[in-house]
Amino acid sequence: MSRHRASPLTLWLSLLGALMVTVLPLPAIVDSFWPPWVTMALIYWCMMWPRLCGILTAFVMGLALDLLGGNLLGQHALSLSIVAYLTLRFHLRIRIFPLWQLTMTAFTLMAIDAFFVFWADGIAGLPTGGSGRWTQVIAGGVAWAPTMALLDHLRMRSENRGSRFT
Amino acid sequence: MALSTPDSEPRLFHGPGPGLRLLLLVTLAVVLMVLDHRNEHLVRIRSSMAALLYPLQQAVDAPVTAARWAGENLASRETLIRENAGFRRQILDQAGRLQRMAALEAENARMRALLDSTAKVGDDVLIAEIVAVDMDRQRHRVVLNRGGESGAFIGQALIDAQGVVGQVIRDRGASAEALLITDPDHAVPVEVVRTGLRTIAVGTGDLDRLSLPFMARNADVRTGDLLVSSGLGGKFPAGYPVATVSEVRGDSGEAFLAVTARPAAALDRVREVLLVTPQATPREPPQAVAPDDQAPAPPAAPAPGTPASVAPPATGTAQ
Repeated sequence: MSRHRASPLTLWLSLLGALMVTVLPLPAIVDSFWPPWVTMALIYWCMMWPRLCGILTAFVMGLALDLLGGNLLGQHALSLSIVAYLTLRFHLRIRIFPLWQLTMTAFTLMAIDAFFVFWADGIAGLPTGGSGRWTQVIAGGVAWAPTMALLDHLRMRSENRGSRFT
Repeated sequence: MALSTPDSEPRLFHGPGPGLRLLLLVTLAVVLMVLDHRNEHLVRIRSSMAALLYPLQQAVDAPVTAARWAGENLASRETLIRENAGFRRQILDQAGRLQRMAALEAENARMRALLDSTAKVGDDVLIAEIVAVDMDRQRHRVVLNRGGESGAFIGQALIDAQGVVGQVIRDRGASAEALLITDPDHAVPVEVVRTGLRTIAVGTGDLDRLSLPFMARNADVRTGDLLVSSGLGGKFPAGYPVATVSEVRGDSGEAFLAVTARPAAALDRVREVLLVTPQATPREPPQAVAPDDQAPAPPAAPAPGTPASVAPPATGTAQ
C-alpha cells in the first residue's frame, strides 16, 4: 500500500484536455458562460491527489493559460497557485464534504481565482472586462458536479488499473 | 466520496513547505507580471514559450479545418458551378472597377506630384488565416497562422475583404497574436468620409460595436456615415473602411455625442485576413504607380528581371 498509484498520465492528460476545452472557439453568447475548466480540474486533483498535483502544477498550468490567452504573463499562474495552496491546505476537510458543500467550496475557490486575475488586470491598468468574468464563475459552480463525476471516473479507472499490476 | 485515496496524506510535503513554495511561486509570478507589463525583457522568452503551445492551438483548430476541407471536397457539382459563376461575376465587376482605379491612381499621383507631396503607392499584403481558437474570452484577440517567419511584424494592420480587422500585437515566429478593433484596449484613428472629420474609434468589447467617444456636440456626423482609417498614427494605412455610424445620440448635459458604429469587417465570421504593409515611399515619381509594371519592361529587359528576383528577400528583410 506504500506505492502510490496516482497516475501522472491521467493528471496531465486531463489538464491538457481542460486547456483545450478552454480555448475552444465558441459563439460570443456562450463565452460568458464558459466555466474555468482548468481551475476546476486543478481544484479536483489538488484535493484528490495532493502529492502529485500541487502548487507547481498549478503555476505551470497558469503560465500556459496566460500564454494561450495572451494575458499578462503570470496572472493566472499567481491566481492558480493561490487556489492550489488553499485546496491543499484544506484538502482532507473538503474531501469529506457532501456534494452541495463541496460545490460551494469549489465555487468560492473559483471566485478567488477570478478575483486575483481581475485584480492583476486592474493594477496593470488593463481593461477589467464586464460581468463575463463573474458569470463564468457561476457557470463553473453549475458545472462542478458533472465535471467532478467525470474526473472521479477517470481517477477510479487509473487507480484500479494501478492495483491490477501490483 | 472517497475518504482516502491511494495518494495518501503522509509525506505530503517534502522539501520546502507548501507555504514557502507558494511564497516563492507568487513572487515569481509577480516578477513575471511586472517584466511582462514593461514589455521589454520578456518578449523573446514569451514568444518562444507561446510557440511551444501553438501545436495545442492547432489541435483545437484541426476539427474546424477538417470540416472546412470536407465541406470543400464534398460540395456538389451544382454548388461548385454556382459558386464559380458567382466568383466570375464578382471578378468581372471588380476588374471593371480596377480599370478605373488605375487611371484614378495615376491621376492622383500626378496631382500629388504637382503639389510636391508624397505619392501613395499600393500596399504590400500577406494572406493569413485566423486559427479557430478563443484566447481570453473577455478580450477580442485572435491567433494567426503567419508570424515573423513569413514576414508579419508587430503593429501590422489586418484587413479582410470588407474593412479593417485589427493589428498584430505579438509575433511568435510561426504564428502571431492579433488584437481586433473591437477589443476594449484598441483604438483606430478614423475619418468620416463625407466630411473629412477626424476622430478615434475605440473598441467596446462587443463584436459589432465601436464607439466614437470624442465627437464634439456640434460635430457633423450622421447615421450611415462611412468611417475610413485616417492613417494618422502610422499603424493603419489610410483609406480602408473601418465602420459605419449606426447611432448618434446627444444627451443634453453631456460634453460629447455618444456615437456608435458598426465595424465594416465581418469580425465574427472572418477566416482569411490580409496583413497589410503600407508602402509610403517618399517623393516617388508619379509614373511609379500603376503602369510601371508593364511600361518600362520592353526597353530594359534585364533590368526588371533583377529587381524582381531581388524584391522578395528585400521585402522580407525590410519587414
